[in-house]
Amino acid sequence: MSVAEKPPVVEICGMSTRIGDRLVHRNLDLRVERGQVVGLVGGSGSGKTTLLRQILGLIQPAAGSVRLFGENLGAAGAVAQSALLRRLGMLFQAGALFSALPAFDNIAFPLRELKCLDEDWIRRLVNLKLAMVELEVEHGKLMPAELSGGMVKRVALARALALEPELLLLDEPTAGLDPDRSRSFVKLLGQLQGELGLTVIMVTHDPETLSGLATHIAVLADRHIIKFGTVADVMSADHPFLAGFRDGDKSRLL
Amino acid sequence: MNNPPRLQIESGKAVLTGEWTLAAMLPELPRLQARLTAGGLGSFSWDLSAVDRLDSAAAVLLWRTWNERWPADLIVTETHRRTVERVSLAPAGANSETVTARGLVERIGDLMLGSIDNAVGLVTLFGQMLLDLWYLARHPSEMPWKESAANIYKSGALALPVTGLVGFLIGVTISYLSALQLRSVGADLFIVNILGISIIRELGPVLVAVLVAGRSGSAMTAQIGVMRVTEEIDALAAMGISRSIRVVLPKLLALTVVMPLLVLWASAIALIGGMLSAMLQLDISLAYFVENLQRAVPVANLVIGLTKGVVFGFIVAWVACHFGLRVKPNTESLSTNTTTSVVTAITLVILADAVFAINTRNMGIPQL
Repeated sequence: MSVAEKPPVVEICGMSTRIGDRLVHRNLDLRVERGQVVGLVGGSGSGKTTLLRQILGLIQPAAGSVRLFGENLGAAGAVAQSALLRRLGMLFQAGALFSALPAFDNIAFPLRELKCLDEDWIRRLVNLKLAMVELEVEHGKLMPAELSGGMVKRVALARALALEPELLLLDEPTAGLDPDRSRSFVKLLGQLQGELGLTVIMVTHDPETLSGLATHIAVLADRHIIKFGTVADVMSADHPFLAGFRDGDKSRLL
Repeated sequence: MNNPPRLQIESGKAVLTGEWTLAAMLPELPRLQARLTAGGLGSFSWDLSAVDRLDSAAAVLLWRTWNERWPADLIVTETHRRTVERVSLAPAGANSETVTARGLVERIGDLMLGSIDNAVGLVTLFGQMLLDLWYLARHPSEMPWKESAANIYKSGALALPVTGLVGFLIGVTISYLSALQLRSVGADLFIVNILGISIIRELGPVLVAVLVAGRSGSAMTAQIGVMRVTEEIDALAAMGISRSIRVVLPKLLALTVVMPLLVLWASAIALIGGMLSAMLQLDISLAYFVENLQRAVPVANLVIGLTKGVVFGFIVAWVACHFGLRVKPNTESLSTNTTTSVVTAITLVILADAVFAINTRNMGIPQL
């Protein structure tokens, strides 16, 4: 089966989102193909996180449709829905680790939920994930409250990667990481992407992450995606927000 | 996903094709696992070259099948080899800590140490409150009026409907049940004494305390607890604002002030319920009831009831704040402490009620 025949991983058509009285998105279109790494940029408060939550099905669109792997998440039955959600991993901005469970059990949680892997298998996988995000086996015993901010992020990433999902949603993955870790994170994700053909949608403000990882950039402003294309394409486009972003990028690089 | 994992084993040679990922393996995992272990023993030659995708879950499965050794004859693409390599390098160390069951003595000791710890905490909080009051007496401008007013409104005004409803129903019930008994011995008129004394002196305060402990006490513990979880308490401290003056004291003040008023309100409604029930059951007119209430229930009972209200209100808020401040930043601790807060508050209220009963045994009982 060729890649071209497969439906896009995420397909959003004419979607509007309303939270309370506020219209967050209006007539938003986004189409992410398999294997793309999309950097989602936009001003603070422009609804980037809301868009990720929309893709996850945590918020129902007021109008339009969201399709994951060609299926409408909202219309799918409970079994189909959980099977669909198992194919994606989400890294929340603040980690969203289960505070009552130690780091190890947090990562093991989605694996145990499958109810068909034995403990030895799970332990190996969790240790592997811990090693992937450069944490020691010992760190697995710590409670989320005992972890530093960067460690919380890495444990959360390990949890998002636990099922090695086809689609990875990352909300500010490198914020709070030191430059070294941030670089190795980019390397790790690039490696996984190459091996597993991951599709990634990430909200980020870090130019280094964008340039190192993203194949495409989606710019969210004025309540919809104003520009979507390859990195080079988007960076040369003409929009006040992009101009500001480019300037920031330059001053950082200087 | 349209390319399920396949396994062919022929004369010591295992050939794997398809997508070897967790999601793809899931539907037939037990069968695949069984075939791998059965066939893996005899196979020395492994061909993974036709595998589309290989994730680490599948790599773990293979690595375990190979008894954690690379097979002598292995055909695999470079990317997949790297995946298996990563699995082989990951520490397999034991991570599950065995929880040892603790003996009875140890558990009793733990319980006692815990109680002592809580008692010390409660006394410290009480002392801190006295210090705060002393400080506020010298710096009256820092009195947390707004917070206190908000707490009075939340735990007082908003509690009026529920305390009123429960009071009314209790009044009706007691009156109805007593009326049945009294009529059988022809002592109908004593309904006034029974209702008056029991509700004003005993039931009103205890009932309201239990309701408020469940309603406002739990809310206070949860609020302070979440403020601990989200580091808001620390943020206050960082701004140089005393958490005990801004967070704890308004709650203590509010419940201490509001509780006697709630007791008064609930007792009044309960008496009205009792009066109505007595009128319907025993034909005792409302006018007779009200007239006799003054005679049957000396005013000392009301004083005792309201004093209980003050003390119970303080106990509920005190315990609630204490357990709120003990919350550790995780959800488990939040729920445990909220439960403990309500249970402890109700227990202490009933304990205090017993102390009241003994110390006021000579007061307010009419001599017939």
